[in-house]
Amino acid sequence: MAVGSTAAQNAGDRVILDPQPHATSLGQPVAATGYGMPSKHERNLMRRESPGLTRVSAASVSFSPLQGMFGIITATGLHFERHHQGWHDIDPAQHRLMVNGSTAALLRRPSVFTIDDLLRMPPVSRIHFIECGANTGMEWGNVAVPTVQYTHGMLSCGEFTGVPLRDVLDYCGADFKKGRFVLAEGGDGSGLTRTIPMELVESGEVLLAYGMNGEMLRPENGYPLRLVVPGVQGVSWVKWLRRIEVGDAPYGAREEVMHYVDLMPDGRHRQYTSVQECKSIITSPSGGQTLLDRGTFNITGLAWSGRGKIRRVDVSVDGGRNWKTTQLQTPVLSKCLTRFNHSWVWNGQAAILQSRAIDESGHVQPQIRQLRAMRGTKSIYHNNAIQSWQVAAGGEVSNVQV
Amino acid sequence: MFRSSLAATLCAALLCSSAVAQQVAKPAWQGLGRAATAPELKAWDIDVRTDFKGLPAGAGSVAKGQDIWEAKCASCHGVFGESNEFFTPIIGGTTRRDQETGRVASLVSGSEAQRTTMMKVSTVSTLWDYINRAMPWNNPRSLTVEEVYAVTAYILSLAEVLPGDFTLSDRNIREVQGMLPNRDGKSSRHGLWLPSGKPDVTNVACMRNCGGDVTVGSSLPDHARGSHGNLADQTRNLGGLRGQTTATAVATAAAGKPAPEFAAVKELAGKAACLGCHGIDRRIVGPGFNEVRAKYQGKDQAESYLTGKIRNGSQGVWGAVPMPPTALQSDADANLLARWILKGAPQ
Repeated sequence: MAVGSTAAQNAGDRVILDPQPHATSLGQPVAATGYGMPSKHERNLMRRESPGLTRVSAASVSFSPLQGMFGIITATGLHFERHHQGWHDIDPAQHRLMVNGSTAALLRRPSVFTIDDLLRMPPVSRIHFIECGANTGMEWGNVAVPTVQYTHGMLSCGEFTGVPLRDVLDYCGADFKKGRFVLAEGGDGSGLTRTIPMELVESGEVLLAYGMNGEMLRPENGYPLRLVVPGVQGVSWVKWLRRIEVGDAPYGAREEVMHYVDLMPDGRHRQYTSVQECKSIITSPSGGQTLLDRGTFNITGLAWSGRGKIRRVDVSVDGGRNWKTTQLQTPVLSKCLTRFNHSWVWNGQAAILQSRAIDESGHVQPQIRQLRAMRGTKSIYHNNAIQSWQVAAGGEVSNVQV
Repeated sequence: MFRSSLAATLCAALLCSSAVAQQVAKPAWQGLGRAATAPELKAWDIDVRTDFKGLPAGAGSVAKGQDIWEAKCASCHGVFGESNEFFTPIIGGTTRRDQETGRVASLVSGSEAQRTTMMKVSTVSTLWDYINRAMPWNNPRSLTVEEVYAVTAYILSLAEVLPGDFTLSDRNIREVQGMLPNRDGKSSRHGLWLPSGKPDVTNVACMRNCGGDVTVGSSLPDHARGSHGNLADQTRNLGGLRGQTTATAVATAAAGKPAPEFAAVKELAGKAACLGCHGIDRRIVGPGFNEVRAKYQGKDQAESYLTGKIRNGSQGVWGAVPMPPTALQSDADANLLARWILKGAPQ
C-alpha cells in the first residue's frame, strides 16, 4: 500500500515500468520438482512447536498456521501434528489391520486385512475437521500465547477417504447389540488406544481412512491407515491403526485415565470427554499482527462443531457489546470447518474483535467466564470459548480475555 | 459411575441404532481379508481393561521392579519417579489419607503445581497396560509379563501404596485397585461422550447492547510477547497485515546452503536417528548440536573424539541418559556427521 502510493507520485510503479526478470527470461520446465512445493515466498507459514509446552519433541505437538490459511481445507503439509511416541513412515505392504472381539461372541470372524484388501472395499470421501482436545488449553487460566497459531492451531480440516468401520464390522460378524464399545489401537511404539462409542460407528461416519486430500495420508498423519471419528477430539483418530476390538465396556486406556481428562473444581477428573463443541475463531486479523493502515479489512475466520453443522457466526468489534451476523462461505458441512467473512472498515480506533458461532443443535459458543464458572481454571481440555483480539490505536493486534 | 450414568443413554441409543442398522445393506463382500490366527490374536490383543479383562496371569515383586527401574526407567523418570526433566513426574502429591478416602486431596486444594501420574490414575489396569504396551519409551514391548508386574509394583511402592516386600500378581491386583489414592476421583457425568449429549454451558445470542462495560481481564504478559520467536516471520507478508517484530532474527552459525561435502548428511542423520534426540540449535533428550559444537570446536582431536562417540555411543558426558551406538556402517559416515556438527550443522 505504502509502496503503491509513493510510486503514484513519481512516473509510476517500477514493477510496471521496468521489465521484470520473470517476464523477460525462460522459466523452469515441467516436473522440475516431481512433487510440487509452495513458493519460496511462503516460508513464514509453517507448522511450529510452542516453546516450553512439552519437553520431548517425539511426544509433542506442532500447530497449524491458521493466520495464513484460506477456505476450509488445511494444506496437507500444514496439518497439525500430535505424536505420543514419535512418527514412522510405515511400509504399507508391511501394515495389517486386525479386527477382533474382546470375547469370541462379540465378533464371529476375527480377521486380518491388508491395505490391498481395504483398497478393494467401496470407499467414501468426506470433509471433516480434526481438533485436539487440548486446543486452546493453554488459555484456560489466562492469556498465555501470542498468536492464533498457538491458541487454536491444533485444528485442521481435510477430505478423508476410507471405508466405513461399520461395514467392516458387519463383514466380520460383530454383535452390535452387546458390543457397544470399540477399541482402536495404533501401530506405533505407544500403541495408542482409545474407546469409541458404537453409536458413532453405527452412524457410518467413522472411517478406516487411508486417503487425505486426494493422496495417501502423510506419515505424520498416520500413513497408511488412521481412524476418522468426525466431531470427536483428535486423540481418538488413532494413527497407524493396527487393530479394532469390539467390546462390552470402555477400556480405561492411558489417554482416557491419565491424559485427556478434565480436572473439575471438585477435584474429580472427567473421563471420556470426547465431543469437540461449537467453536469459532477469527484467524485474521489476529494476535501478533499489525494493521498497516486504516480502511477496509476482511475479518475472516473458522467455525466448527462436533454436534453437526454451523448455523450462524456473529462478529463483534467492540468486545461483545454489539454483534453482526457474518456471511458463511459454502460449503457448510457437518462436523467440518466453515469459513466466515465480514467486511470491516477500521477507523484507527481501539477495538476488540470477537466471533461467536451457533451450531444446528442451537448451542451458542460460550464465553470463557461461563466455562470457568462451570469447570474452573485447570480443565485444560475442551476450551471452546469466544476468543478476543484487541486492536490498539496503532494497529497492533494482541491476545486478550474480557 | 460410567456405566450407570450412561445406561439410560445407551439403551435409548441401542433401540434407535438397531432400527437404523437394519436399513443399511450389509456388505456382500467376498475374498477380502482372512481369519486371524490364534497366535496373531495373542500377539496383538494385549489390551487390559479396567475390569482386568485381558490381564495375563503372572507376578512380579517390588524388589525385582527396583532393579528394572534403575536399569531402564530411572534415566527418564528419576530414581524415585520424581523427575520433571523429560516427562511429568510419576510420583508425588498423594498421601496415606488419600489411600483411605480414594480421593487425592491436593486435587481439590490445588496445592500441587503439577499433577503427577499417581495423583491422576484411577485404575491400576491403566498403569499395567501402558507400561506393557509402550515402555520403555525408546524400546517399547521389550518387558516380560513378570517385569511389567514388577515395575507396576515398584511404582506403587514409590508412592507408598505397597510395602517394599510386596509381590503384585493377577490374584491380588483387585485388592491393590482398592488402595489407589485417586480410585474414586473420576466422573463420566457429562455431555461430551456423544454428539447428542447436553453441553455444560451455552451462551445467549444477544445482538445489541449486550452485557455491561467491556473490561480486559487478562492480556499477554510482556515476557510472553517474544516467547514464540519473531512473529514477523510467522505471518504472510501480503494483505493489510504484517507480523509484529518480537525478536531479532538469530544468526545461525552457518547460514546459507550446505557445502557439497555434507550432501549425504541428511540421509545419514536419518539413518542414525540423531534428530530424535538432538536439535540443530536446541536440547531435546540430548544436547543440541550447537551445544556440542560450542563445547568441542577448536579442541584437539575434537573430530575423532566425536566420531567415536557417534559410532560407539556414550553416557555421562551430558547427563544420565545414554546415547546408544548408531546404526552407521562405517567410521567415514560417523566422521562426516562429526565434521558437520563441528561446522555448525548447516541445513
